[in-house]
Amino acid sequence: MLLFGRLSDLAGWRERAFEPPPASLSALKALIAAEDAALGAALDGPGVQAAVDKTIVRGEAALAPGAEVAFLPPMSGG
Amino acid sequence: MIRLTTQPFDPGGELSGFCAGRTESGAVASFVGIARGEAGAATALELEAYPGFTEVEIAKMAEAARARFSLHDVLVIHRHGPIDPGEPIVMVATASAHRREAFEACDYLMDYLKSRAPFWKKEHGPAGARWIEPTARDLDDIARWD
Repeated sequence: MLLFGRLSDLAGWRERAFEPPPASLSALKALIAAEDAALGAALDGPGVQAAVDKTIVRGEAALAPGAEVAFLPPMSGG
Repeated sequence: MIRLTTQPFDPGGELSGFCAGRTESGAVASFVGIARGEAGAATALELEAYPGFTEVEIAKMAEAARARFSLHDVLVIHRHGPIDPGEPIVMVATASAHRREAFEACDYLMDYLKSRAPFWKKEHGPAGARWIEPTARDLDDIARWD
């Protein structure tokens, strides 16, 4: 799982592997929220998008083992 | 061609390469964005990209520009990682049969890159580091094309 921008500053990490891998996006978010409530809230914050294997997903998504999930705060442009 | 790089690049050399061998494109327009120092307030800029995602998203927009403005070719080079004041951050070049399309496509692509491209920008200065979001002006600029 990957965090970008202010989300990685907030979490204090940028990349992490989850073992065993959660089966869905909501299960992954619940795991995170259970250990870091502030980060859990930020992942559901305004403008934060999730990508699974580099494709933006809206709402719930199933996660295959080894899937790469990224949480993207509002993009700032270059 | 879309290229992300953590290394400084030479806009003049890139433009020469982009122009070379064109016999049917009557017009090439280009833009180079340079990191501002803000009179000492910004000591370095850091652009975070998502390699493998950022290029693909920019390529989609380049493809949209190619269709909208009948372009023959598009070049986008974008830095990521730490960037010092005075260094080029971004370069866009567009080739078309006539100048109007090349100018407009270059302007359009820059408005997109400055407001919607998948980068996260952090400015480091004497007062600390802060994440930058698009300005109201950036958002107005991109709205011109809707």
